[in-house]
Amino acid sequence: MLARRYIYRVIGLLVLLLFVAFFGVPLLWLLLAPTKTDYQLAHQAPLAFGSLGTFIHTFNRVINYQGGLMLTWLKNSAIYSGGGTALALLAAIPAGYGLALTQFIGRRTLLAVTLVVMIMPATALVMPLFLEASAVNLVGTAWAVILPFAFFPFGVYLAYIYFSSTIPKDLLAAARIDGAGEWGVFLHVALPLARPIVALVAFFAFVGDWTNYYLPFVMTYTNSEYPVTVGLQILIGSAPIFSPTASGYAGSEIYRPDLAMATLIGALPILIIFLFAQRTLVKGMLAGATKG
Amino acid sequence: MAVSDERISARRRRRAGGQRGGLPAGTSRTAGYFFVAIYVVLLLALGVAPAVYAIALALSTSGGVGVSHFVDTFNFFEFLPAFEHIAEFEGIWLASQTVFVVLLALMVHTLKRRVSTAFRLIFYLPGAMAGSASAIIWLFMFTPSGSPFAFILHGLHYQVLSNTVQPSNLPIVFAIMAFFTGAGGWIVIMYGALNNIPDELIEAAEIDGSSALQTAVRIKIPLIRKWIVYMLVLSFAAGSQLFVEPQILGVATNGQVPAQWSPNQLAYYLAFQQDSFNNAAAVSVDLLVIGLLVAVLLVWRGRLFEVE
Repeated sequence: MLARRYIYRVIGLLVLLLFVAFFGVPLLWLLLAPTKTDYQLAHQAPLAFGSLGTFIHTFNRVINYQGGLMLTWLKNSAIYSGGGTALALLAAIPAGYGLALTQFIGRRTLLAVTLVVMIMPATALVMPLFLEASAVNLVGTAWAVILPFAFFPFGVYLAYIYFSSTIPKDLLAAARIDGAGEWGVFLHVALPLARPIVALVAFFAFVGDWTNYYLPFVMTYTNSEYPVTVGLQILIGSAPIFSPTASGYAGSEIYRPDLAMATLIGALPILIIFLFAQRTLVKGMLAGATKG
Repeated sequence: MAVSDERISARRRRRAGGQRGGLPAGTSRTAGYFFVAIYVVLLLALGVAPAVYAIALALSTSGGVGVSHFVDTFNFFEFLPAFEHIAEFEGIWLASQTVFVVLLALMVHTLKRRVSTAFRLIFYLPGAMAGSASAIIWLFMFTPSGSPFAFILHGLHYQVLSNTVQPSNLPIVFAIMAFFTGAGGWIVIMYGALNNIPDELIEAAEIDGSSALQTAVRIKIPLIRKWIVYMLVLSFAAGSQLFVEPQILGVATNGQVPAQWSPNQLAYYLAFQQDSFNNAAAVSVDLLVIGLLVAVLLVWRGRLFEVE
């Protein structure tokens, strides 16, 4: 009995380690690949460490690629995600408050529509959004990316759950009796208490916007407009290893360590946010359950 | 006249007060509109309008209104294969994700808290690589020369990337990419759901002689069932929209992965390569209907989102 239990434990641990390898090894490889030259990458052990000097050299190559294209892409990503997140907050936090703590005709309908749109994958709307944007001549402008990001029904739902479950109505009533207007009650009573939900909505919006590929891919046309997710695809197109026709002019080639470095740089902001936000993520995703 | 108006508004106020979630006296009736205004404008302009416009484009034909764009796109030789690809991908991905996510969450849940935190972090960190980053990483992982998983690929007699990403392998290839970035978040969520199960319940079962396996199957899994359903439905909806992975792989293999592999790619191809916005709209309306059906089903039939 005891022996059998022991065997189960060992098997269980092995399975866990197998998945640790599946999830962890690609990330580890991504960290190590830029420490090697292209030749080393192909001929050394995949998880061998090259040198710190090569890592810095690769970093500089990527940053200086075509006169700092990578920085332009990062800047674009920051503008699209930052702008989209700011607008999403501006719309979602008051909307969640309004749905949770005020009464108006059509409130339940709006809530139901919000739920439906929230569950529908945002990707499903990209083509229709493109068709709409091209009808009003927005394609190729930052607004064509930022405005769709601003529409964030999941954030409205999270804010709604938060306000309806954590803000005591008596508190708001007291403020009203004290003569505060509706806007004042929201601004001076509810909003200061809503800091956690603002952080949560910002987290989900920003991560979703930064990693979004399809929408900016469709809405932007030129190198100077791409965010980093789309820029990475351009780099693959310039890598002779994947695109033999992409020889180009001297110095414009992208080698495998460069591609790994660019991927790493592009994902770094989200990696950092993720490292500090695991608890936030659980809270947000379980919000439905605590309410239900 | 004034009297009756007053009476009506008094009745309204009573009715409002009598409702669940009714508001204390003194609350303004119109303030609500003010708070939701920006969101409603965005909802109409960026949720409803594009959908309506896509439907209108898809239905407008040279002879007025008709379904010819739907018929035409259906008859494209890439159309049915694209949906078949997605169906095969979803089958592999959803089945493996459900089994492994539940299994890993249950296993991690039996570990000491500090140990389990480390495991959960490793599982969910790849989520930061969502989108093109994960596709590029796996491009390297699937290239037999230099991949840390080369021993597996060589075992399968794959010598170059194009062997790994041969057409019949693509659903599995994309399922692996999707699992890599998506599974960790769900493991963390399932773990959270398992933590919500009262300890007394588990202890009582153990006192009654229930083995770890029995406790998992009879108590824990039924109690997190709604999260498993939620994961399945959301993943299905997201999977039907697959775009970035086949797109990146297409670029990296010089078109060995066709540019119309998934329905969303087909819609993109129709709009940009064929300059047919009407046909692109028809395919995206097909996809929109799938997403909408799934969402409506979950909201109306599932009890997950108790609105009030």
